[in-house]
Amino acid sequence: MITKRIIPCLDVKNGRVVKGVNFAGLSDVSSPVELAKYYSDHGADELVFYDITASAEGRQLFTDILCEVARTVFIPLTVGGGINTVDDFDRVLKCGADKVSVNSGAIRNPALIGEAAKRYGDQCVVLSVDIARVDGTFRVFAKGGRENTGMEAIEWIRRGVDAGAGEIVVNSIDTDGVKRGFDLEMLEAVCNAVSVPVIASGGAGCIDHFTTLFQALPKVDAGLAASIFHFREVEIKDLKAELRKNNIPVRL
Amino acid sequence: MIAIVDYGVGNLFSLCSSFAAVGADAVVTADPDVIRQADKIILPGVGAFGDAATKLRESGLGEVVKSEAKNGKPLMGICLGMQLLFEKSYEYGEHEGLGLIPGEIRPIADVIPKDLKIPHIGWNPLRFHRESPLFKHVKEGDCVYFVHSFYAANCDDALLASAEYGAELTAAVGRGNVYGCQFHPEKSGNVGLSILRAFCEMEVTSC
Repeated sequence: MITKRIIPCLDVKNGRVVKGVNFAGLSDVSSPVELAKYYSDHGADELVFYDITASAEGRQLFTDILCEVARTVFIPLTVGGGINTVDDFDRVLKCGADKVSVNSGAIRNPALIGEAAKRYGDQCVVLSVDIARVDGTFRVFAKGGRENTGMEAIEWIRRGVDAGAGEIVVNSIDTDGVKRGFDLEMLEAVCNAVSVPVIASGGAGCIDHFTTLFQALPKVDAGLAASIFHFREVEIKDLKAELRKNNIPVRL
Repeated sequence: MIAIVDYGVGNLFSLCSSFAAVGADAVVTADPDVIRQADKIILPGVGAFGDAATKLRESGLGEVVKSEAKNGKPLMGICLGMQLLFEKSYEYGEHEGLGLIPGEIRPIADVIPKDLKIPHIGWNPLRFHRESPLFKHVKEGDCVYFVHSFYAANCDDALLASAEYGAELTAAVGRGNVYGCQFHPEKSGNVGLSILRAFCEMEVTSC
């Protein structure tokens, strides 16, 4: 039986891991290579790296670090941030990434999803969506959650999957950084709309939040979080032991 | 030296790094002489069966791999590389494989319940069917990482391990000196590295 995945997410800027609360007020945490190794050794099922660097130098630094991570860590690696073209896919896949996550790049150019899926396969293309409620509807936000695109989120995700996205990361802006649990209502709406794996992101504050997530929504495939893992508030080993105790299949 | 056959599909960075991590000397090569000189051969692959089979055939590397395997050199196919070891695939049409392992490649959709997602992606525990030197450093129930939409059917006694996903899907096969893993050992953490290490420890069999 396939196990539920626990995925730490590392936001990388100028070669260092940072994590913002509600996408603002970034603080330096640690080295990406050290953290990646630590997580891999302690039960992470996959790692996500978001490159939040804007400069070309920063991008090169990120690519170098990604290569170093892929040389030392042997679990699936997903890379996002600054992915705007098929060449960007190529750049990170050559460094050892297994999947590439698109967000704003796909909003600017929706054809990117299909082009990348055709060249690298659906399993390689992850559509990451930042979603917030606006007047009672789910809306897609761009530019790290700062800009309301006006697009209806479920419709956007459906289009993405039709075009070839093989996995969806649902990041709820409404619950991100608040640590009161995942956005179950939003996740359920996405799970009911698509048949590809759905990764929940935004809102995890403790072990119970993951248990609730997988019990309430068996269709969710993975839970993603950042700061609670980086600051060792939740150890992945403890989290997985607790999930197994609740009969949720995990890799120990 | 281990030759990782480069026939123009997929990215071999992680595979190379994982052999380095288990202390093996692996080279990525498209040179038939290097493949012939190697102690062992890895046949990698991602993407579509038809494309890959065509590339293997047109480059002549398929024949080299096949004749080396028939001479007793340990060979392991990974993911699509495992599927290519089979006689035939029904992935979008009908394609011929290397025919080193009995059976054929069929869509997962044919055998799993409709509500399960395709591809079969994620970590799934191994269920052993036969004892194999490939698993000497791992145990039943250890999880490995899968990403695939097609599976190997009718492998007979070549079936070494399976994973449960609404059906028993072939996870690993072996016949003589020829092995195949549907999962990605290079992405399966320490369990995956242990399987690669076991392959590295195999000897050439005389026949």
